[in-house]
Amino acid sequence: MNYLYAAYVATWVIHGTYLAILVRKYSKIRQEMESLKK
Amino acid sequence: MKRGFSILAIVTALLLSFALYEALIAAPTERTMGDVQRIFYYHVPSAWTAFLLFLINFVASVVFLIRRDTKADILALVTAEVGVVFCTVVMATGPIWARPVWGIWWTWDLRLTLTLVLWLIYVSYLVLRRFSTSSQTPVLAAVLAIFGALDVPLVYFSIWFFRTQHPSPVIGGGGSLDPRMAHVLLINWAAFLCLAWLVCWTRFRLEVLEREVEEAQALESLLEGSR
Repeated sequence: MNYLYAAYVATWVIHGTYLAILVRKYSKIRQEMESLKK
Repeated sequence: MKRGFSILAIVTALLLSFALYEALIAAPTERTMGDVQRIFYYHVPSAWTAFLLFLINFVASVVFLIRRDTKADILALVTAEVGVVFCTVVMATGPIWARPVWGIWWTWDLRLTLTLVLWLIYVSYLVLRRFSTSSQTPVLAAVLAIFGALDVPLVYFSIWFFRTQHPSPVIGGGGSLDPRMAHVLLINWAAFLCLAWLVCWTRFRLEVLEREVEEAQALESLLEGSR
């Protein structure tokens, strides 16, 4: 059972990490857009 | 467009929750492996999704090489990136399943080795796109993607034509799967396809925005230089 949960948790950690990278990328682009407007 | 995205996000969240319930609770327990077999409901759909994304990457790369279309180039980049994420899930869940079932985390079996090679090719593709500053990078990346895509059918059919330690194909190729298990498998694949679509859509918009900002920054520095 532990292996089953480990596999499911690993899957969501991988997807979550990638989504967090995308969010960080988006906030960086927004900052750059703000500085361009100034 | 914004409404379509929100609808897709809601559908994906609902489908993923339902698929998780089906995989962990509703699906019948396999007789020999027990509950650990349920890893299959995440492992196999992730592999199919990665293959599909690499196939789209191949088509987009060919279109880019023929037409030099920027949108095709962005689509190739996005599908490779999301494909690597799904392939990473496959590479992580496979050994977690293998340890209790085979007694080992990894073996240099044909299917496993070819999947590792596939993952490495697309990671190299992303490294090339991230760190190369040459104007020829999209062309080089498109050529690499075409070679990389050749590995996809090798990975897929390796368990059809060769005797490997990896289990036989579950659908087609003489494999037999309980219809209730096949139903749960397809629900999970549908959920992962929606997730892949949603993430690709987000990443595509982000890449377009990033390129626009880069162009604007280049223009601004050009204007400042001419003053």
